[in-house]
Amino acid sequence: MSEHEYTPKSKVGKWFNDRLPLLTLANHLTDYPTPKNLNYWWTFGGILTFCLITQIVTGLVLAMHYIAHADMAFQSVEHIMRDVNYGWLIRYIHANGASMFFLAVYIHIFRSLFYGSYKSPREVIWIIGIIIYLLMMAAAFLGYVLPWGQMSFWGATVITNLFSAIPLVGEGIVTWLWGGYSVDNPTLTRFFTLHYLIPFLILGLVVLHIWALHVPGNNNPIGIDIKKPSKDTVPFHPYIVIKDGFALLMFMIVFAFFVFYTPNILGHADNYIEANPLVTPAHIVPEWYLLPFYAILRSVPDKLLGVIAMLSAILILAALPWLDTSKIRSAVFRPLYKQFYWILVADVLILGYVGAMPAEGLYLLVARIATAYYFLHFLVVLPVLGFKERTTPVPLSITEPILGGSPNLAAVKKKDSFKDQ
Amino acid sequence: MKNFFRISFLIAIFLGFQFNSNAAEKVEYLKTDWSFKGMFGKFDRAALQRGYQVYQEVCSSCHSMKYLSYRNLVEEGGPEFSIEQAKAIAASFEVKDGPNADGEMFMRPGRLSDKFVMPYENEKAAQAANGGAYPPDMTVLVKARGDGVDYIYSLLQGYEDPPAGVTLDDGVYYNKYMYGNKIKMSNQLSDGLIEYSDGTNASVEQMSKDVTTFLMWTAEPHLETRHKMGFKAIIYLIILTVLVYFSMKRIWSRIETKV
Amino acid sequence: MSEKKTNRRDFLFTATYAVGAVGAGAVVWPMIDQMNPDASVKALASTEVDVSTVNPGKTITVLWRGKPVFIRRRTPEEIAEAKSVKIEDLKHPEKDEDRAQNPEWLVMLGVCTHLGCVPLDQKGDYNGWFCPCHGSHYDTSGRIRKGPAPTNMEIPEYKFVDANTIKIG
Repeated sequence: MSEHEYTPKSKVGKWFNDRLPLLTLANHLTDYPTPKNLNYWWTFGGILTFCLITQIVTGLVLAMHYIAHADMAFQSVEHIMRDVNYGWLIRYIHANGASMFFLAVYIHIFRSLFYGSYKSPREVIWIIGIIIYLLMMAAAFLGYVLPWGQMSFWGATVITNLFSAIPLVGEGIVTWLWGGYSVDNPTLTRFFTLHYLIPFLILGLVVLHIWALHVPGNNNPIGIDIKKPSKDTVPFHPYIVIKDGFALLMFMIVFAFFVFYTPNILGHADNYIEANPLVTPAHIVPEWYLLPFYAILRSVPDKLLGVIAMLSAILILAALPWLDTSKIRSAVFRPLYKQFYWILVADVLILGYVGAMPAEGLYLLVARIATAYYFLHFLVVLPVLGFKERTTPVPLSITEPILGGSPNLAAVKKKDSFKDQ
Repeated sequence: MKNFFRISFLIAIFLGFQFNSNAAEKVEYLKTDWSFKGMFGKFDRAALQRGYQVYQEVCSSCHSMKYLSYRNLVEEGGPEFSIEQAKAIAASFEVKDGPNADGEMFMRPGRLSDKFVMPYENEKAAQAANGGAYPPDMTVLVKARGDGVDYIYSLLQGYEDPPAGVTLDDGVYYNKYMYGNKIKMSNQLSDGLIEYSDGTNASVEQMSKDVTTFLMWTAEPHLETRHKMGFKAIIYLIILTVLVYFSMKRIWSRIETKV
Repeated sequence: MSEKKTNRRDFLFTATYAVGAVGAGAVVWPMIDQMNPDASVKALASTEVDVSTVNPGKTITVLWRGKPVFIRRRTPEEIAEAKSVKIEDLKHPEKDEDRAQNPEWLVMLGVCTHLGCVPLDQKGDYNGWFCPCHGSHYDTSGRIRKGPAPTNMEIPEYKFVDANTIKIG
């Protein structure tokens, strides 16, 4: 919270603010002291807010025309694409918006991993973030089922069948999820209901995420604690607002390119074939953003263990603040961690790649190695690195490159080069 | 900047892998110029009208077009038949309507608001009439096939005698572009099969191209609007981005930090 | 800071705001327009009705654009009654000739102009229609005579395709 007490200038404003301090909140948000050295990787928080709002608004509009019934869902989507005024635009924004949302969230997460933003005192922000990410995956999966194409249907079948891996009660749970003996109309209507609900849960969690952020304040590229407000900070408005706005516009250009020129490239052709419970498509693949976890699932030869591995791959992130034993936040001052960080990035990309390939031969072998390394990174590399790594000296402040110990201009220079990205 | 290059490099490798693996598995499709590709792509009106004729005279006896209405034939960005032409087309089909006052269904001539009449009552009837294979609905067929128009265009011209060693069951044909090479649809096109109303020579290649163009339109009826709007949207975004960039520079110049 | 510099800065910010506002407006429009009738709804404009079985003094009700249309074959007495009314006495002055192309046939939207209920046939003080919702009385030409409705019941666009067929819309 800002240091000074805020009092509205006008009488009416004061009257209202004494009863509901909305103006104090607005003042806090505009004056919120932000580290001045945030680079463009930090703009993805704002971009994600934009993505969420876009998905909610376009989703509300689509829900006005969509019919959640197994016999009519596919047809109603075609109705949206053909007859509804601007329906094609709204649907393509919503469909590609999901991909853009995940693109942004992955950058946001990997930014956090690089600069150690999950470390004390920001563990709660991080854990809320992981819950948001899980809910996003649920929302994306449920949403993908709604057009009731072949991939919708078989994706729903495969994913719900994951629950059958649970011993004893698994089969019962799956039947309960379906509301029948297969994925069918009852499944579709409940998926629609939940797909509609989850974005609002995410919205609530985003408020908590930002609230939790505003308690300690932003981390920054050099990862040091800073005084607020001080020479090291700028007020959120106008400095960060305009910078986030600039980055958002760049992001929107990419987004617009997908929507207007390659709207179907991120989807799968089979989803333009209406669901048919008698025929499974040749290659079942999830959307690109779920591929790494899909690869982990398939790399384990046991059904139950595969599901456990996949879930652990996400849940292990929640334990990250305690698995990473290093006192230094930013990878800028952790030469060894930086190497491992890029190996992890490559590892996840490889998992994504093999997730899209058939689970056989060389692909399976690569998937297994990459899966093993993924867990190794979090369970072994990170804890050990904290004790063994020799970090480079960290500056005491953003503006004054006075370093703990001898001056290290190289580190400061590096910090600047980050900003240019 | 260094990280940026590293990420770009990784993504490049990633994409490279993907394209390589794709190239290894797939056949080379026949190439042709599609007028609707690219940022300013538009449909060739005459090709759409001819394509409709091919669909009508050749494909429609087995393949339905259930999401299209006769009114669509008039709409901007499509074949743009005149209203009279489209009304005449619609009226040439018998549409089941009802029930009437006596509770009975009856047949009447089609109207613009009617959906395209289906060749079969339902999917089962279609299967029964076609040796068990359901001729897929064609409205979004182009989007339902991974390689889209190139695949369909090639497939229509891809019939040939099976290579030695490949045996075909009755009612199965060899097509070098079909996934798995075995197809239950026989070769439908032959030179001069139909007589184009605009006098164009109806070669197999011409008919394949026209009908594929028509199918692209049925799958993406708003493609032209989308391209036009996209161009405007992106130009607009670039202008605003430039303005915001300079505003940002201006605002950050108040403090001594580079943005 | 010099005068000139200030102006230029103001211009830059104003231009940015203005261009941004235009874009925001352009984005809002599709979200609003999507609720307007879509292309398939607009296409269902007309319906044809066979009236050969309707005897004098009878009304049939058909559905057109989701609303009831009353088609009444009026008796000579009803026609005479409708024509005898003094125009000055009407709340919404309209001649019967302007409402019925063929005096024998009255074709009108069966929707009360007050708040959209469907009036009852052969009820009310004027031998025409009576709306049970809030008590509006219509005469044999469907004109408002008493009650809260502001205007006469609406006449849709229609024509006689032949002696026995009416095309509405």
